[in-house]
Amino acid sequence: MTEFILTFKLATITTVLLLILGLPIAYFLTFSKLKFKPILEVVVSLPLVLPPSVLGFYMLLVLGKNGFIGSFWEKFFGHQLAFHFEGIVIASIIFSIPFMVHPLISGLKSIDKDIIEASYTLGKSKLITFFKVILPNIKPALITGMTLSFAHAVGEFGVVLMIGGSIEGETKVVSIAIYDAVESLDFTKAHIYSAVLLGFSFFILLVVYMFNKRFEIKY
Amino acid sequence: MILIDIEKSLFSSKGVFKLEVSFEIQEKEFLALFGKSGAGKTTILRIIAGLEKPDKGIIRVCDSIYFDSYKNINLPPQKRKVGLVFQNYALFPNMTVYENIAYGMDKRDKEKVYLILKMFKLEGLKDRYPNTLSGGQKQRVALARAIARQPKLLLLDEPLSALDYNLRLTLQNELKNIHKDYGLTTLLVSHDKSEIFKLADRVIFIENGKISKQGSPRDVFIEKNISGKFSFYGIVLDVKKDENVNILTVDVGGNLIEIVCNQEFSIGDEVLVSSKAFNPVIRKIEK
Repeated sequence: MTEFILTFKLATITTVLLLILGLPIAYFLTFSKLKFKPILEVVVSLPLVLPPSVLGFYMLLVLGKNGFIGSFWEKFFGHQLAFHFEGIVIASIIFSIPFMVHPLISGLKSIDKDIIEASYTLGKSKLITFFKVILPNIKPALITGMTLSFAHAVGEFGVVLMIGGSIEGETKVVSIAIYDAVESLDFTKAHIYSAVLLGFSFFILLVVYMFNKRFEIKY
Repeated sequence: MILIDIEKSLFSSKGVFKLEVSFEIQEKEFLALFGKSGAGKTTILRIIAGLEKPDKGIIRVCDSIYFDSYKNINLPPQKRKVGLVFQNYALFPNMTVYENIAYGMDKRDKEKVYLILKMFKLEGLKDRYPNTLSGGQKQRVALARAIARQPKLLLLDEPLSALDYNLRLTLQNELKNIHKDYGLTTLLVSHDKSEIFKLADRVIFIENGKISKQGSPRDVFIEKNISGKFSFYGIVLDVKKDENVNILTVDVGGNLIEIVCNQEFSIGDEVLVSSKAFNPVIRKIEK
């Protein structure tokens, strides 16, 4: 049961932080005309094509005891990032970035530019326009991004294993618990956990698709 | 008084051309910009609203300078007191009619919103969302939203072009009344001569980014070198050859007429059809 709570906690925190981080990134990638934009686009999409082990390996270097961020973290919080919950949150955020940013970009691109300009001519700043005009009009994209990130964080295995290992109550999420169960030939446990995860993923995607269909009809 | 004196290089399908216009708008005047699409009319509106930056020039509205390339002044659109009505209305889909109108007010004043709703005959629609409105209703909301901000200058970008003929006539009358009642200064972009004739005090004819003619609509639109009593602009829709004459089908403001002539025309030509008839038959159309 602790594995499920841990997984849920990881996915929720990942999704919330990713939303806060993903919105400015997506806004920049949609509206900026800077020359180095393609580089950021590539960085955001890299997790889609890289094997989790590659990403996990580099993150272990950065987040570990002697790593740039890891040593910094240890100085302030008394423990390193690798093999701790905070570490797998960071790993899961980086690994899920495209699942949040890509839907947001397509949502922002589909918005009618005139309504943004209309808001400016009505005296509203970029920030107010963002919250009152842009965000409410990309609701389907927000919901798609959040659910995909959540579902992806629930299902993440490779990177979490590389960074977090399998520490009970700290980094042992459901996907890793299933791996452990199979390794130790505990097929009953593997069956139950797998079925729950399968059912959950199916349900969450179903909700997204049904909601977006309803949204299309309303607007 | 409003002064506009701007230059900007524009990129169009035909290549680069220079937008170079200089004109004044008097207080409470209704001025129209006329020209073919792609002549740079909409860009002029966008530049005045602050959505595009000219290469150089001056824009002064009453006492405030909106743009001055020599003094490096360029006010953002938020700080310019102009109301822009977009061609596709650009209403906020997530807000009701009421919220759309109240959005641009610096201080939300319920009574004032209701007054405007009443003025534009929108009271019954105040809680509806834009996607449930007809074209004419959307147009009214867009206009009401722009006016709620009490702009020093109202900019209209082909505001009626998407509406059908009858609705256009009704809204033209409303527009004219609102302009008068609110004491507005209005700049209208249009390619509809009859609309300009009806609404504007003065018209500026823009061709390839430059002013080619200006004056009252009568002076600008009615060719004086033809002594005919009737003259209409039309577009050749069809050319049929018959022995040694051509039979043209011409669209004159939505009416199709057939004309026999011996000159050569091709489909799509713009033509001036004139007649020297002295006793035309005229009768009222019963509706």
